[in-house]
This record gives sequence, C-alpha cells and structure tokens, in this order.
Amino acid sequence: MIQQYANPARFNRLAKTLMPWFAWPAGILIVTGLYFALFNSPPDYQQGDTVRIMYVHVPAAWMALFVYTSMAISSAVGLIWKHPLAHLSAQAAAPIGACFTFICLLTGSLWGKPMWGTWWVWDARLTSVLILFFLYLGFMALHNAFDDPARGERSAAILAIIGFINVPIIKFSVDWWNTLHQPASVVKMSGPAIHSSMLYPLFMMAIGFTLYFGALLLLRMKTLMLVRRACGMSMAQLHQQAAE
Amino acid sequence: MVKSRQLGQVAVTMRFFGENLSCIRGERLVFSELDFAIEPGAALVLTGSNGSGKTSLLRVMAGLTRPSAGQLGWQDGPITDDPETHHSRLHYVGHLDALKPVLSVRENLATWSHLHGGPDKKITSALKKLRLEGFENIPGRYLSAGQRRRLSLARLVASDAPLWLLDEPTIALDAPSVDAVRSLIAEHRRNGGMAVIATNVDLGIADTSELNLLDFAAANEDIWEGVT
Amino acid sequence: MKALTLILGREIRLALRQIGDSAIIVLFFVLAAVLFPFGVGPEPNMLARMAPGGVWVTALLAAMLSFERLFTPDYEDGSLEQLALGPAPLEMVALAKAAAHWLTTGLPLMIAAPLIAVLYRLPDAGYGALLITMALGTPTISLIGTIGAALTLGSRRGGVLLSLLVIPLIVPVLIFGTAAIDAAIGGFPVRQHLMLMGGFLLGALVLTPLATAAALCQALE
Repeated sequence: MIQQYANPARFNRLAKTLMPWFAWPAGILIVTGLYFALFNSPPDYQQGDTVRIMYVHVPAAWMALFVYTSMAISSAVGLIWKHPLAHLSAQAAAPIGACFTFICLLTGSLWGKPMWGTWWVWDARLTSVLILFFLYLGFMALHNAFDDPARGERSAAILAIIGFINVPIIKFSVDWWNTLHQPASVVKMSGPAIHSSMLYPLFMMAIGFTLYFGALLLLRMKTLMLVRRACGMSMAQLHQQAAE
Repeated sequence: MVKSRQLGQVAVTMRFFGENLSCIRGERLVFSELDFAIEPGAALVLTGSNGSGKTSLLRVMAGLTRPSAGQLGWQDGPITDDPETHHSRLHYVGHLDALKPVLSVRENLATWSHLHGGPDKKITSALKKLRLEGFENIPGRYLSAGQRRRLSLARLVASDAPLWLLDEPTIALDAPSVDAVRSLIAEHRRNGGMAVIATNVDLGIADTSELNLLDFAAANEDIWEGVT
Repeated sequence: MKALTLILGREIRLALRQIGDSAIIVLFFVLAAVLFPFGVGPEPNMLARMAPGGVWVTALLAAMLSFERLFTPDYEDGSLEQLALGPAPLEMVALAKAAAHWLTTGLPLMIAAPLIAVLYRLPDAGYGALLITMALGTPTISLIGTIGAALTLGSRRGGVLLSLLVIPLIVPVLIFGTAAIDAAIGGFPVRQHLMLMGGFLLGALVLTPLATAAALCQALE
C-alpha cells in the first residue's frame, strides 16, 4: 500500500528529470525533419510535391498504432496490478493518440485529393484508420461517462484491451472487403523502394513524433494527477468536517 | 489463523476475518488498517456516521468490492482463492431489493433461493416468517416499500448460508416486522450462524460486538501526495 | 450448469412477461428497413442490389437499441449484485445473458429478416445465405453487445455510448455477412465466408464472457 501511495511522488520526480530529454530532442528532430521534408528532399517522380504530405502522414499513422498499443498495455497493467499510474497513463495517452489518428486521416484526405481526385476513398488503410479513430473516441467517451473516475478508467481499460484484440480482425476484414469491392482502382503505395533522401527525414519525423508523444504524455499525466489530487483533497476535507 | 493456533483453539469450525483492510472510494481513503473477526453465533454491528464506510466494508466482506489492501479469510484460508465458494456461504441484503416488478412475490424469492440451492418448502416458510403469507401471487410492482424490504429479507431464510451481511436491514419496516427480523437473527445465531449488521439505529440485538468505522477513518490521507 | 439454466430460465420468463420490449425491437427493424426504399427510390434492381446490406445494417441498428436493457434493470434494482453473489461465476452469468438476449432479440430479428428481404426483392439464391449468416452473425452480435452493455452500466449516456463502442467491433460481422449473401446471389461459393463467420462466433463465445464478466465485476465495485 505504501508503495502504491509513494509512486505518484516518485513519478513526479522522474517526470521532471525526463521532460527536457523528451521535449528538446522532439522539437529539434521535428524542425529539422520538416526542413528536409519540405525543402531538402526530392519530389516524387510521379506525385510531385504532394509526396511531402507523407512526412507527416506516415509518422502520424505509425503513432496512431503505437499510442493505441501503449494504451492497451497500460490498461492491462492497470487492471492486473491495480496500479493507479497505469490507468492515468492510458487516460493521458488517448487524446494524443486520437489527434495523431485524426492528423493521419486529414493528411490522407489532403493527399487523396490530388492523387485520387477525391477527398475520401474507401481504401483499406484509410478505412481501418477511421475505425481506429472511432475506437479512440469510444475509449475517451467511456472514460468520461461516469461520475466516479475510478469506474470510468477501469471500464475504458477493458475496452482498450478488447479493441486491441479486435484491431487485427477489423484490419483483416477491411482489407478483404476492399479487395472485393474495389479491385485495383486505387493507386497503391507499394511503389519502388523508397530513396534514402526521403527515408532520413521520414525517420527523423517518426522519432520526433514519438518523443513529442512522450513529453506530452508526461505533461498530461501530471495535470491529470493534480486534478485528481485536488478532487480527493476537497472530498477528504468535507468528510473530516462532517466527522468533527 | 496464526493467532488461533497460538491460542491453542483446536475446535474452531468456522471463522470469518479480515486483516489490515483498507478501501478507497471516490479518490478518498474511506478506512484503513481495519481488522475484524467473527465466529459462529456472534453478531458484529457496524456503526459510524454516513459516509464512514459501513456499506463499503459490507461489500468488501461479500466479495463485491476488492479491498485496496489487506485480505479476507475464512477458517484459515484467504477467500480470494475461491470467490464462488465464499459467495455460496453468505447472504447479502443491501440497499437494493433485487425484485422484479413483473414477477410474483413467490417467483421473485424462488429465483434467488433456487440459485442458492434452497428447497421449495423453505420458500413457503420464509414468506411466513416475514409475514408475507397471502401475498405469494401478487406481482412485485404492487408491493409497498416495507413489503419489498421484507421480501428481500426473506432470501436469508429461503436458503441456508452461515454468514449474513445486512445493510440497514430494518429500514422502512414497521415495529412487528422489526421484531420478526430480530428473532430471525437470533435464531440464525442459535444455529451457529454469523451476522454482520450495518446500522445507525439500535436494533436491540443482545450480545453483539461493535465496530465503529470512524475508528479506522484515515485522517485526510492524500492519495496523490507529492504531486506538484 | 444448473445455475446457467436457472439464470436462462429467469431471463426468458422476464422477457415473456415483457414481450413488448422484444416486439418493439423487431418493429424498429421493419420500420428502419422500410425507410431505405423511400431514400433510394423504388427501382427494383437498385433495391435488390442493396438488399443484403440493407437487411444487415438495419438488423444491427435494431440490435443496438436492445442492448441497453440487457443489464441496466438488473443493475438498478440490485439483481446484478445477487447474480454476482450466486454460486455461478460471472462468466456464466454473462453467457446466460447473451444466450437469453439472442433468444429474445437475435432470433426474432433472424425470423423477420427474410420478410424484409422480400420487400427488397432479394434474388431467390440469396435467402439460404441470408438465414445462415443471420444464424451465425446474430449470436456473435449478442455476445459482443453484452460487453458493451456491461461496460456502459451506470454511465450517464448509456445507449448512444454503447452504440459508439459496439459498432466498430462488429464491422467484421457486417462485412462477411453481406459478402456471403452477395456471393450466393452471384453464384460463387460461400463456404469461406461462412467458415469465417463461424470462427468469429466461436472466438466471441470463448472471449466475450471473460470481458463481460470483468466489466460487470468492476461495475459492481
């Protein structure tokens, strides 16, 4: 029990130490990555300058999956070991992941307009990401739907794990559905191997996004803890007054 | 368990106890470091003001809520090993009546009694003990608050279980019904049963031990201490 | 096992006493399905083309409406506590609840589905596949729906939230359900689709009671 209570304080110290190590490299990597992506990488021989959307789109898609995975893992840890910080980290990660997913959908749509001539195509990848976006929204909605925050975090944790098991099944079904309904009308990304001048900024952006996620996660966890602490303290005060 | 062996008690057939229990509800440590033990024929009365955690403790005892720390035991083993067995040896009567408005009084009682393996003839006698004879075929929706409460309490005697967990059992009951409940508890204890009763009114039950939840209230303990 | 039949018996007795609850779901199914032709026009080829999807989508929407009542009454009147304190593990309770839901909602929807298909002029070759996919798909939906119902117990916006949670999870059932009917109409083999749907059902049968029990357990805490 003592360990459980001491953890928030220890986390607080850890977060303070780690924060600059996430935030600064994230900023530097994203700025340099963007510079290379926008000015210092070759345009695609087919797609022209629109290919530069890729440097945001692809890392955002990776992050959408990465954040969901991290959410499912912390949810499982929270349920199994009843660790309060695990639930908190899932709660903190969800809106960040949803934002990455939304950015992925938005940039995909912007990319689609010049490439496919339409804002939205029921492409297997886009459709799967759309459903992933709904899973994020469901997690957040469920988290906020209860008067008791502890209830919300446990319910949402179970949902995150179910969603995690379901994502591959959904992905498989959508891929299959897509090939059935849209045979080869879609330009597939699987072109020639990607050139290193495009690969480096892509990786820079991906690592930058990951570190940015780390920094944001720490910040949000701290904020959420303070909110919970304030709520708990005022409740405890009320009960003490009532007891006296 | 260690204690009873040290004391050399060999013939303790049943014992229900909790060690070092604590419970967090709504961001607040409701009680902590709470120990209790109860033996056959005994009754434990839980007291303490509203919000002191009487219901929380009863739900922990029933296994509906997991304690934040500590553990419950039966005889000399922890109950977390086998929750279903623990459930089968207790009756819990909480604030809610678990009655279906579309089922008759008898059907309502039979649902729970059969689930616990109670025989049909016990249902009739249970209804009689709680002064509900003649109501057997009335649908649940026509019952008054007191009658609903009595039907809920009839579960206690419609199937056997050594441990009764009662949350404000006499709420909404008239004087003759309170007497009936009192004699039910007395009979249960005479037969070697145990009862834990959360109440704010004096039920007039003889020879009970009292557990005041306020003695275990955690003084303004800050769960998220150190977060700045 | 005895507990399972007892709980199932109780559920069915309750459903029969409140038969209107099931009837209204089927009524919604029929009404929603009737809306489609008003939206897309009465042209027979168009209707026949969208018949498999139309029947499946409206059946799913109707099922969504039924899930909220699955645990809420028991949760509010304390019956769920008593079920949890019974001799049967919560997984068993979850399974009994899903079975009862299928018998009182899934089965009526399945019986009503061919009638809707007639209104849509589904080609004759599709009826067999429609019934088989419904038989495999509706229990899967009942099982997945019990998770959603258990997760949203006691929440502030139960029904809508439940749909938001469950709809993404049942996309595979919809995809393969309609695809199998389409394949049957086109004269293609449907075995692969049906095997997959059977696989989903088996997977759901094993996994969803665990998830529902976990959700119920913490709803009671």
